[in-house]
Parts: sequence; structure tokens; C-alpha cells
Amino acid sequence: MVIEQVSVFVENKKGALKDTLGILAEAGMDLRAISIADTSDFGILRMIVPDADATLELFKSKGVTASKTAVTGCKLPDEPGALHKVLSTLCEAGISVEYIYAFITRRNEDAYVILRVEDNVFAQYVLKSAGHTIMTPGDAAGL
Amino acid sequence: MWQADIETMGRGAIRALQEERFQNAWKHIWDNAPAQRKLLLDAGVEQNGIRSLDDVHTLPFTDKKAFTKHYPFGLFAVPQGDVVRLHSTSGTTSKPSMGGYTAGDMQHWKDLVARFCAMAGVTKNDTAHIAFGFGMFTGGFGLNYGLEHMGVRVLPMGSGQTEKQLMMMRDMGSTVLVATPSYALYLSEAVREAGVKGDLKLRVGLFGGEGHTPEMAAQIEESLGIVATSNYGLCELGGPGLSGECLERGGMHIAEDHYWCEIIDPDTGKVLPEGETGELVVTPLTREALPLIRYRTKDITKLTYEPCACGRTHARMSPTLGRSDDMLIIRGVNVFPSQIESVLIRQEHIGPHYMLLVRREGVMDTLEVQVELTDGSVLESFQLLEKIRETIREQIRNILGLTVKVTLVAPQTVERFMGKARRIIDERGK
Repeated sequence: MVIEQVSVFVENKKGALKDTLGILAEAGMDLRAISIADTSDFGILRMIVPDADATLELFKSKGVTASKTAVTGCKLPDEPGALHKVLSTLCEAGISVEYIYAFITRRNEDAYVILRVEDNVFAQYVLKSAGHTIMTPGDAAGL
Repeated sequence: MWQADIETMGRGAIRALQEERFQNAWKHIWDNAPAQRKLLLDAGVEQNGIRSLDDVHTLPFTDKKAFTKHYPFGLFAVPQGDVVRLHSTSGTTSKPSMGGYTAGDMQHWKDLVARFCAMAGVTKNDTAHIAFGFGMFTGGFGLNYGLEHMGVRVLPMGSGQTEKQLMMMRDMGSTVLVATPSYALYLSEAVREAGVKGDLKLRVGLFGGEGHTPEMAAQIEESLGIVATSNYGLCELGGPGLSGECLERGGMHIAEDHYWCEIIDPDTGKVLPEGETGELVVTPLTREALPLIRYRTKDITKLTYEPCACGRTHARMSPTLGRSDDMLIIRGVNVFPSQIESVLIRQEHIGPHYMLLVRREGVMDTLEVQVELTDGSVLESFQLLEKIRETIREQIRNILGLTVKVTLVAPQTVERFMGKARRIIDERGK
């Protein structure tokens, strides 16, 4: 059960991130989580949104380079060592993580991590077998 | 062929015709162009010191500076009353060069343009969409006259108003597109975005006003579903019609019955043998208003006199590698933007538009190449993005021996051009 993430190309220059998020603000679209990774010239803004398809279409219609990717979300208790356990599970199964970002919400006591792995199905099988909870698209939409 | 008897003339007959016409042109300058006569006298040339075309290589050059110095009409060889048309260069850096035509020059012009249009396969049954600028630029009017002369249905669109361009192209059933290659590239993007390719009947592109690489032509051909041909001319030499490409695509046939062409080493001024690359120098043979001696075009190309499979006997010039004016010298390396373009245009994931920024950092010249990242699917991996940059960097290094900085920028941020593209920003010495 994968979560859909939207990635957007953002130039590393003054106002670029503001302008990108301005597109969402103008359309009244919400963000659940964001993460940005940057190089000296550009960054990639990754986000979890309630409706990934609509968000992707919106960006494309504005001429922004964007894409949609399936990622794995994992729900875990907001306590010391929890993320370490998730990563240990993956590591033992020989699964590499391309990137990761985490967030908490006001709705409950849990924390969430977004994991980008090569094989979502296998990673989720491994995580579930070890007793972890996989985040559902419903979770993402309802955060 | 538009003028088959001339276009397929034997080499010997061409040379005889050129000799005869050169004698007239030479006399015309001495008799009627006082400023040019003075330039020749100052260089120690005597009128009877030149017997034939074989002696032309000893004559001094004429260049753009002469046009600036004698602006507006100093180089002309007819009274103002005999001039029926004036055109000019854009003159972005100095006074423009004024080009002029007598009624007779206008007749030749129409035929020369018709010649290259026919070479590209255009017939009277075509509808030509001219997206060249109309105005002082020779392109719009030149193509208009030549195409009309052939009986082609002409739409003098001009450039700009993209939506209207697409609408007219579709509603008029245009089959021929006339534009600068950079504007054609822009229009092809607009066609793709509007999803109207299937509604268009375009089949031939006549591209000129600036050079373009075969790779760029291929891209335009694919996106518009046309055959892209190039043509060439300069305002100072009478505008488009100096040369044009036939469907064999082996270079542009020069109208040798009207122009005597040489290739020189731009540094030493020495004439180079056939097949070597250098600057094109042109002596027009028939122009009444503005005859010239050895005009330096600044365009880098090479000539071949080999017979062409199309049956035409006139020499062919390669697509211009770039103007020697556009040539950048970076860390001692000669760089033509067209060389970089040929690398960029075959890359995946990026758009066709680019900008070159030249800077000086300390004592080092640096070249930054900005390209638009258009493909979202590569955003998942920095490695992939880095690979795009590395591939471009590596291929440019292979061609130029120069390491450049490659910057990925957002779509639609690199400037688009309606006329001639200006893709270089040189910040050295500023």
C-alpha cells in the first residue's frame, strides 16, 4: 500500500521556493509533509499532499517540472529509538533507503516516516512482518 | 528548378559568365562608387591592375566598418533616385548597415529567392507561412517577393502572437514555414503544447536569418513533421538568396552567377584551398545599387565544387558554423555556440533552449551552460540529475577540450527569441 509523493524541481535562487508553494496556495491546496534536498544550483522539493494527481496536474499546467512517485510510509510511536528499529529492520533485509523524511501530526500520538526504497512491496512485507504499521493513502489524506 | 539553364550550367560556362559580370561590376565601382574607389586607391590598387577574377584575391577587403563609416549611402553606386528599396541590419552595436536595391536588383532578388525555394521542393501549389519579421530585415520581404514570384500563396504573418500563428497555420492549411530556426523551434514547442500537430499540413521549412546545426534541424523536423532546409544571405549583399539548400541536403548551393565566393583564414586574410573551413568572403557580380569588393561575411563555412546529385552545378557551402563575431575565445579555445548546441540538442530530459554565460573569475574564463530540465521523471534521483550534467559536461569536453559548468534551470526560464537568437551573455570585462 504505497503513498504517492509529488516531487518538484526548484532552482536554488531567491524566491523560487516561495513561488513554487505559491502555486499551491493560490489553488487552495494543502500540504501534509514536505522535505527539500538541495545542491548548490537546485533543489528537489518532495511533498505529501491530499490529492497527488491533482497537485501534479496543477504543477504541470504551470510549466513546472514535477513528477509523482510511489513511496512507503511507516507509522511509528513518537518515542526514542522507534525510527532506529524501522531502519534496523530494513537494513537486516538488505534494503537501502534512497532518502527519508519524517513528520508528526496533531491528530494522534504517532510519528510518520516516508521512505524511498527501490522495491516498495518487498520493503512493506519486511516491515509488516517485523510488526511495524504501514501508512495507508487514507492516513495520508486524513492527516 | 526555377532557372534550370543557369542552375545546371557547366563549370566552364559559369566561370565565363562570372568573368564577364565581374568586369562590369569592377568598372561600375570605379565609375560610380567614389567612396569605394577611394578605398581601392588608398590601398594602392589601380583599375587596370586587375585583369580577371584570378586577381581578386589581391584586393583589399570590405567589412562592416566600411558600412558604418560611410553610413548611410556612402558605398552606393547609383543616384538615390535609382534606389527603389532600402533595408538594413539590426544595428544593435553600431549604426546599421544600409542595403539598397535598384529596380533591376529587385528582379534578381525575386529570382534568387525563388531559386532556393524551388530547390527545397516548394511549388506554386504551396501555401507559405512567413514568420520572419517584416520591416528593415531583408528576410520577410525577400521571401515574400520570391515566393509570390513563383505563384505560391503567401501569408505575411511576421513573428509574435503565437496563438494566432497556430490558428492561421491550421486554418489556411499552410504547407511551408518560413522562420529563423530559433523561432521555428519555439513554434514547434507551441504546436506540441497546443496538441495541434495533427491539424497542420506543413511539409517544408525554409529557415534562415541565422545558422543552425543539423541536430537542431532534425529536432524541428521531428516535432513539426517537415523537411527543414536552410538558406543564407546578408543584408549587405542583397539579403536571402545568396545560397540555399536542395533536397540532397549536402550544403547550400551558391548563386554563383551573381556572387564570387572565397574562403579565407580569418586571422591572416589568406585564401584557403577548396574544402577548408574559414570565413566566407563575397564579391557580388550583378548588384547595381551596392556593388562591393570582397565583403567579409564573418560567417565560418567551407565550399565544395563537387557535382550534386540534384543536378545543379553551382558550388555548395556547408551550414555556417557560426559567425566569427559569435565565436568566443575561452581560455584560449575557440568556441562556437553551435558546437555546444549540437551536444545539447541530442540530450534527453532537457529542453532545446539554452543560454551561455561567460565570466572571468580571477584570471580564469568560465563558461556556464544553462539548460532547462523538462522531464519530471528524473527527479527521484540526484544521481540521475548529476548524470545528466556530467554527460553534457563530458560531451562538451570531448568536442571543445574545455570544462564547462552545466546548470539545470526551470522550464520556460531561458529566453525565447522571435528573430535571431542571442544565446550568449559575456560578462568579461564588465
